[in-house]
Amino acid sequence: MMDIAHIAILLMIVISAFFAIWFDNLLNAVISLCVMSLLISLEFYILQAPDVAIAEAGIGAGLTTAIYIMALKACRSSRWPGKGNDKNERS
Amino acid sequence: MRPLSIVVRTICNIFAWFVAIFGAYVILHGHLTPGGGFQGGAIVATFIALLLVAHGGKSFLGWVKKEIFSSFEGAGLVAFVCVGFLGLSTTFLYNFLALKGGLFGSAVPIGPNAGVLNSSGTIALANIAVGLEVVGGLSAILIFMFLGMRYVSEGGKEGVKDDK
Repeated sequence: MMDIAHIAILLMIVISAFFAIWFDNLLNAVISLCVMSLLISLEFYILQAPDVAIAEAGIGAGLTTAIYIMALKACRSSRWPGKGNDKNERS
Repeated sequence: MRPLSIVVRTICNIFAWFVAIFGAYVILHGHLTPGGGFQGGAIVATFIALLLVAHGGKSFLGWVKKEIFSSFEGAGLVAFVCVGFLGLSTTFLYNFLALKGGLFGSAVPIGPNAGVLNSSGTIALANIAVGLEVVGGLSAILIFMFLGMRYVSEGGKEGVKDDK
């Protein structure tokens, strides 16, 4: 039973890593990276390293996603300065 | 970054405090349960990120000055080095408070037990120092990232320094 969960989580890590590269929309890629990080923290917990799992969930899934999204918004507003901001932030 | 909708802000106001309390729990129970200063500090910095994203940086910087986080960083580092040097009569980072009684030095019972919170000596002090430092550092990264974003979105004319 534990082996099935283990293999399923490893497969989902590979799939989400593939989607992080495959998406054209960068926001989707960032969310996919966040999901990959969360699955990696679950994998660390299964491998009995709860310490590393907490660090990975806090930094990988929480802080890095916030920093990436901030950088993404800054890139958008620098690419279309002025009027285009509202339209692009909503997408 | 503009503030998000009223739904997101209300949910953030209610549930963000649980994140902060859980981070403080992970820091203070660092010697008994998985986690410690770094992990708990990262969780508390996630609380800062949640407030910053939900309420927008302008109102967040109205509540808290960004120099506070830099001073957290410095205070954490100084506290860790001081805890290390206080045990210097034996070695650096010697646990001079263990088994001495008082707040940090209560004795550990023999046999299987759940752990005594006050039994760690200087380990709890070092965990608190590291937690303070990590909260300051990661929150300062987030806030300066936001300030740079505002600098870019205003076309670079205004400059960062008028954000005070």
